[in-house]
Amino acid sequence: MSLLWIAVIAASVLSFVQKWIGYQAPQDVLERPRIARITRLLPIALLGALVATQTAADGTEVVLDARLAGLGVAVVLLLVRAPFLVVVVGAAAAAAALRALGWA
Amino acid sequence: MTAAVPAPSPRPDTPDARLRTIRRTGFSIGLATGLYGISFGALATASGLDVWQAMVLSAVMFTGGSQFAFVGVVGGGGSALGAALASLLLGIRNTLYGLILAPSLPRGGARGAARAQLTIDESAALAATGTTEAERRAGFWSAGVWVYVFWNLFTLAGALAGQHIADPAAWGLDAAAAGAFIALLWPRLRSGDAVAIAVAAAFVALLTTPVLPAGLPVLAAALVAVVAGLLPSRRGATGHAAPEVDASDDEPATDEEERR
Repeated sequence: MSLLWIAVIAASVLSFVQKWIGYQAPQDVLERPRIARITRLLPIALLGALVATQTAADGTEVVLDARLAGLGVAVVLLLVRAPFLVVVVGAAAAAAALRALGWA
Repeated sequence: MTAAVPAPSPRPDTPDARLRTIRRTGFSIGLATGLYGISFGALATASGLDVWQAMVLSAVMFTGGSQFAFVGVVGGGGSALGAALASLLLGIRNTLYGLILAPSLPRGGARGAARAQLTIDESAALAATGTTEAERRAGFWSAGVWVYVFWNLFTLAGALAGQHIADPAAWGLDAAAAGAFIALLWPRLRSGDAVAIAVAAAFVALLTTPVLPAGLPVLAAALVAVVAGLLPSRRGATGHAAPEVDASDDEPATDEEERR
């Protein structure tokens, strides 16, 4: 078995362990007020960060391109209370259109 | 249900209709995210992995950022050990998701293993939009299962077709991911504190992007929530005292009380 295969399998199994271990924290620890507040705020911070990196990160560079226009369209659609799928498709269509036109 | 409960859809829904909406959303997320599997499969084989190695990564590692990091290091001429370490560094955030999700999902047995395996950005994000146990579970399982199905299917397609497949960016799929995350974040931005945390986290993520390996800026931004959570609460950023957590794990249909 090649070194690459060993790395693939070891990293994959350890990746599962990383996911599994998060669930093993004792519940009474999670219910402490401070910990509970942090776990309630975490999704907001993680989602905010994911929006930013999906929009403007390219590897280790910050790049402003057609994705930013896609995000803008998504925000407008959210403001008019469009359903989830419309928001996602609208963002993709805006970015794809700008690229097809060669504007971004 | 009251009007105070926002959903991905604005209709005033019954609980069942809301669950159906969440499951549809999970399917859309699965399809949009899964399509990215094409570029992963193509990149993996271009980086020197064979089709089977690409499939093991998608089926077992199953966390996109880590998988791209793994093949990126290998493709860049790095060592197999370096590839494994890079992917594990990025996988740390899945541990965080488990901490957040633990009270809502069943533990132990085969379902405990399945919930662990399906714990990724998308499933954790959709689960987080739920306001009841049932909604959180529906969001987690629908996004998790559909991403898993499509991600593996399209990884195989990409690995087999290799370089013949066009760039997903031409279809705007990278912007679709940004659109999906902002749509998931949107309903949570109902207080000034929540907006401040989201903006600060976005700022930290972009600030650290040039100095950290891809994927880690998201983790750095998580510190914003930790700091905000440790500060004395002025008005309660997103809610009030911690809700009681009922340990009745396997009765998703009975748990409809509001949690905010």
